[in-house]
Amino acid sequence: MNNGGAKTALAPVGGRQMLDWKFSQVFGERTAGEEVQEVDIISSIEFDRTGDHLATGDRGGRVVLFERTDTRDHVGHRRDLEKMDYPMNRHPEFRYKTEFQSHEPEFDYLKSLEIEEKINKIRWCQSPNGALFLLSTNDKTIKFWKVQEKKVKKLCDLNVDSTKVMRNGPIVGSSISTSSKQFIANGGCPSNDFSFPIGAFPSLHLPVVTSCETNLMARCRRIYAYAHDYHINSISINSDGETFISADDLRINLWSLEISNQSFNIVDVKPANMEDLTEVITSAEFHPVHCNMLAYSSSKGSIRLIDMRQSALCDTHSKLFEEQEAPGSRSFFTEIIASISDIKFAKDGRHMLSRDYMTLKLWDINMDSGPVATFQVHEHLRPKLCDLYENDSIFDKFECCLSGDGLRVATGSYSNLFRVFGCSEGSTEATTLEASKNPMRRQGQTSSRPSRSLGNLSGIVRRVKGADNSGVNSNGTTFDFTTKLLHLAWHPSENSLACAASNSLYMYYA
Amino acid sequence: MAMIDEPLYPIAVLIDELKNEDIQLRLNSIRRLSTIARALGEERTRKELIPFLSENNDDDDEVLLAMAEELGVFIPYVGGVKYANVLLPPLETLCTVEETCVRDKAVESLCRIGAQMREQDLVEYFIPLVKRLAAGEWFTARVSSCGLFHIAYPSAPEALKTELRAIYSQHCQDDMPMVRRSAATNLGKFAATVEAPHLKVDIMSMFDDLTQDDQDSVRLLAVDGCAALGKLLEPQDCVAHILPVIVNFSQDKSWRVRYMVANQLYELCEAVGPEPTRSDLVPAYVRLLRDNEAEVRIAAAGKVTKFCRILNPELAIQHILPCVKELSTDSSQHVRSALASVIMGMAPVLGKDATIEQLLPIFLSLLKDEFPDVRLNIISKLDQVNQVIGIDLLSQSLLPAIVELAEDRHWRVRLAIIEYIPLLASQLGVGFFDDKLGALCMQWLKDKVYSIRDAAANNVKRLAEEFGPDWAMQHIVPQVLDMINNPHYLYRMTILHAISLLAPVMGSDITCSKLLPVVINASKDRVPNIKFNVAKVLQSLIPIVDQSVVEKTIRPCLVELSEDPDVDVRFFASQALDSSDQVMMSS
Repeated sequence: MNNGGAKTALAPVGGRQMLDWKFSQVFGERTAGEEVQEVDIISSIEFDRTGDHLATGDRGGRVVLFERTDTRDHVGHRRDLEKMDYPMNRHPEFRYKTEFQSHEPEFDYLKSLEIEEKINKIRWCQSPNGALFLLSTNDKTIKFWKVQEKKVKKLCDLNVDSTKVMRNGPIVGSSISTSSKQFIANGGCPSNDFSFPIGAFPSLHLPVVTSCETNLMARCRRIYAYAHDYHINSISINSDGETFISADDLRINLWSLEISNQSFNIVDVKPANMEDLTEVITSAEFHPVHCNMLAYSSSKGSIRLIDMRQSALCDTHSKLFEEQEAPGSRSFFTEIIASISDIKFAKDGRHMLSRDYMTLKLWDINMDSGPVATFQVHEHLRPKLCDLYENDSIFDKFECCLSGDGLRVATGSYSNLFRVFGCSEGSTEATTLEASKNPMRRQGQTSSRPSRSLGNLSGIVRRVKGADNSGVNSNGTTFDFTTKLLHLAWHPSENSLACAASNSLYMYYA
Repeated sequence: MAMIDEPLYPIAVLIDELKNEDIQLRLNSIRRLSTIARALGEERTRKELIPFLSENNDDDDEVLLAMAEELGVFIPYVGGVKYANVLLPPLETLCTVEETCVRDKAVESLCRIGAQMREQDLVEYFIPLVKRLAAGEWFTARVSSCGLFHIAYPSAPEALKTELRAIYSQHCQDDMPMVRRSAATNLGKFAATVEAPHLKVDIMSMFDDLTQDDQDSVRLLAVDGCAALGKLLEPQDCVAHILPVIVNFSQDKSWRVRYMVANQLYELCEAVGPEPTRSDLVPAYVRLLRDNEAEVRIAAAGKVTKFCRILNPELAIQHILPCVKELSTDSSQHVRSALASVIMGMAPVLGKDATIEQLLPIFLSLLKDEFPDVRLNIISKLDQVNQVIGIDLLSQSLLPAIVELAEDRHWRVRLAIIEYIPLLASQLGVGFFDDKLGALCMQWLKDKVYSIRDAAANNVKRLAEEFGPDWAMQHIVPQVLDMINNPHYLYRMTILHAISLLAPVMGSDITCSKLLPVVINASKDRVPNIKFNVAKVLQSLIPIVDQSVVEKTIRPCLVELSEDPDVDVRFFASQALDSSDQVMMSS
C-alpha cells in the first residue's frame, strides 16, 4: 500500500483493507529494570496540522517537540512535495527537535492549593510565519509558546571599547555626565540644540553582526491565567484562527489568542448549590470547520453541541447526543462507565468520536438519536468492574483519535495495548496492538498467552501496587492496570500513530 | 576599537547598544534612532543604518514595535521625500511578523510614508511592495497588504489598478479567515479610493462575498463596511445594494453579527435618506431593541439617543419610545445600565412636553433600580435633562437615590457617586445642596475605606471651587476642621489632606486665620504619621501664605519638627525647611 501518498489515493483501498501495523520508532525507551520517574510520564500528545511536527507534554511540565525527517529537506514548497510520489515504503519518521519547560509547580496562596506542572493538553496553532506556535495547559494556566530559530549574534567592531563599556549604558552615561553636562544618563543623548555638522561624524559606524549560527528558542508569548476555578481538561483552537476555548469541570471559557487578561464564560454548568451537582464537563472541542460550533462531553455520557451564534451564554445546547441505556441493565457502575473521557471531531466535521470506559462511539452530528457505530474496547473487563472500582482504574481517562481520512479510529487500553477499528461502512477491522517494538504480538493470541509476556517492562511498576492492579480474565489473560495507554494521536494525513506508554513514545505506521 | 571623541561618546554608545543583549538598552537606542541618523548623516543613514535595521527582524516585539513607529517619521533623516523608498524594506519585513500590534504599526508607518511619496516612486516601489505582500506565503503578509491598497491604488496606472482590484478580490476569498477579516476591515478605506464605476461593480461584488462568508468573524466585520460603503454610494444605489444587506444582517443567525448591526445602524440612516430609514431601518432597529440576546439589546440600547437624533421626533415617539419603556424594565441589568447611560440625552431630542410626559416616568423608575450602576448612569447625565425640564421635577426622587448610593456597601459605588457630587451641586444649586447633601460630604470624610476618604477630601475642594470661598467658610471649613479632633489618626490625616487641598482655593487670608492654626496644632500630635504629614502640608502652604507668616509661624514649627525623635518626621520637616529656604532665596 502506498502509505506516503495523498489521502485521496489512500481512501478507496485503505478503507476496506486491514492495516498491517509496523513499528517505526521509539523515543525514551526504557531499559529493562529501569524505574520510571513520575515526571517523565507523557501526559499529552498532539500532531500539528501538517503532520510535520509532533509535540508531547509530560507530568514534569515539559513540552518536547519532534519534527518529521522523511519528507522535508527544507527546500521547495510543501505542496509540491505532497504531490511527489514517494517510494513505496516511506513512512513518517521523526526526530527530536527541541524541548522546553512549559509549566512549573506553583502554589496558589489564596486557596492553599498546589498546582501541578503536569501538561494536560497541547494544541498547535496556525503558524503565521516560519515559527511554530502552540498552546499548552496544566490544571490552571494556559500558555502560548513560540518556537523559533534565532540567530546567535556576535557583535564586533563596536564604537566604544568594550572593556570600557563593560557593564552597560547607564554606567557609562553617568560617568560621562560628570565630565560633560550636556549629556544625560543611560546611553546619553544630546539635547535637541546639539548641533550636527553637515557631514555628520564619519568616525561613527554601526556594529557588525557576525556569526549566523542559529539556535532553537522557545518563548512564552502569552499566559492566560486566573480564569478557572476547577481543573482545565481541554483546550481547543477555533477555525477562525483568533479564538480558543478552555474547559474545566464546570465551565468553558472563550479567549482571544491575542488577549490574555480577559475571557468570556460561554458555558457554566455549576448549579447554584454544589450539592445539586450531578454532571461535570469532561472534554470540549471546537468544530473543525464552523467557527461557531463546539461540542462538549459530560460525565453522564452525553455530548452537547452548542452554537455560539444563538446566544452569548451557551448554557442551552442546540443538540444533545446520548445513547438510551438498555432497560434493566442499570447497575452501580452504569453512570461511572458512561462518563466520556474524550471527544474528537473528524476532519470533515460531520462525525464525532467519543470514548467512555467500555467503548468508542462514532456519532454523526446530524443524528442525535444514537451513535452510528459502537466499538467494544473493554467489554472483557465488565465482570471485573468491582475490582476496577476498588483500585480507581475505572476513573482512568483514555483518549481517542481518528485517522485523517476518517476511516479508522483508535484508542488505548491497559497493559500498554491500543486498539484500532475500521469505521467505514462494512469494515470489520479491529486490531489490538501493544506499544512495544513488536506491536502485533497480541494479534491472534487468545487464552494461551502467558502472563509473563509483559516481561520486565511492567514488572517494576506492578510490584509497587501489588496484586490489586493486575487481574486475570476469564480466558486467563492478565491485565496490568498500572500500565495504561491513555494518550495517542493519529497523523493528520497518513496512517501513522503516536502513542505514549508511560515515559516512552512509540510510533507505528501501516 | 576606534577612538571616539568625547562629545560623540554617548552617540557611539547608543549605536553600539542597538544590538545590546539588554532589551531596555536596545529599546532606548531604537527610540533615539533619529539622533543616530543625524549623527551618521543622511547618506550613511540610507546606506548603512536602514539596511542594518532591515536585518533586525527577529528581535523582541517591544523593539520591533518601537522600530516600526520610528521609521514612520524617518523621511527627514534619509534625505527627504525623494529617498523615502529606502524606508520601505525594513517596514515590509515588519509587516510579516506574527505579533499583530507590530504589523499594524508597520502598516500605519507605511501608509504615512506612502502618503508623502512621489507618484513615480509609488509606482516604482510602493505598489510592487503591496503586490509582494499580497502574494506572501504566510498569511501575516497578506493580512498586512490589505491595509496598504488605499495608498497604492490612486497613483497606479490603469492596468495596475485592475490588477490591484483583482488581488483585493482574491483576499476577500482567501483560505485564511484572518486575511478575509483584514480585507473586510479595510474595504471601506480601499473603496473610498476606487472610481465610481468600479465601486458599483468590483467593490460591491467583494462586499457581497464578505457578507455571505461562512465565518461569523468575517461577516460581522462586513457590517462595518455597510456604513462606510453606504456613505460612498449614491443614495439610490445605497438603497438598492446596502439596505437589503443590512436588513438581512439585522436578522442574522449570529448574535455577534446583530450586535454589530445594532452598533452601526444609525450611521446608515443618513446614507439611505429619510424614507428608507422610516420604512426599513426603524423596523430593523426596533427588532434589535427587542432581540432575544441581551448583548444585542445592550448595544442597541446604547445607541438609542444617537438613533433618535437622526429621526424626526414623531417617529422616535411612535416607534422607539415604546421599546425604551420595555428596556427600562429589562431582565438584564446590563441592558438597563446601557439604557440609563444614554437615555438622558433623549430629552433634548424629544422636547419638553414629551420628556415630561414620556421620559420622566422612565427616569424615575431607573433611579429606583436595584442595580447601582443604573442609578449612577442616570445621575451622571443629569445636566442634559436639566436643560430641558429643569431639575425640580426630578429632585424628589433624586435625593433618596443619592443617599442610598452614598451609603452603598460597595465602596466603588460610593466612590462613583462622590465623583458626581460637584456636578450635582452645580445642577441642583446651593440651596438644595445645603439642606441635603452637605452632611453626606462630611460623612464620607469618615469612611472606612481610604479611597473614599481621599475622594471625599478632593470633593470638598471641588465644592469650594464651585460655590466660592465665602460659602465654603460657612458650610465646609468649620465642619472639616472640627474633625481634626477625631480619636483615630487616620481620620485626622484625612483632614490634614483636605486642608492642604482647600488652602489654595480659600486664599491666603482664610488659610492664615483658620487653616494654619489647626495644622500647627496638629504638629503636637502623638502619632508620628500625623506629624510628618503636618510637615508636608506646611511645605505646601508656604507658597500660598505671606512671607511673614512663614517666618513667624511655619518655620518655627518645622524647626521643632526637625528635631523630632522620629526619623521620618525629621526627614519631611527638613525637606520642608529646604523648600522654604528656596522660596525665600527666589523672592
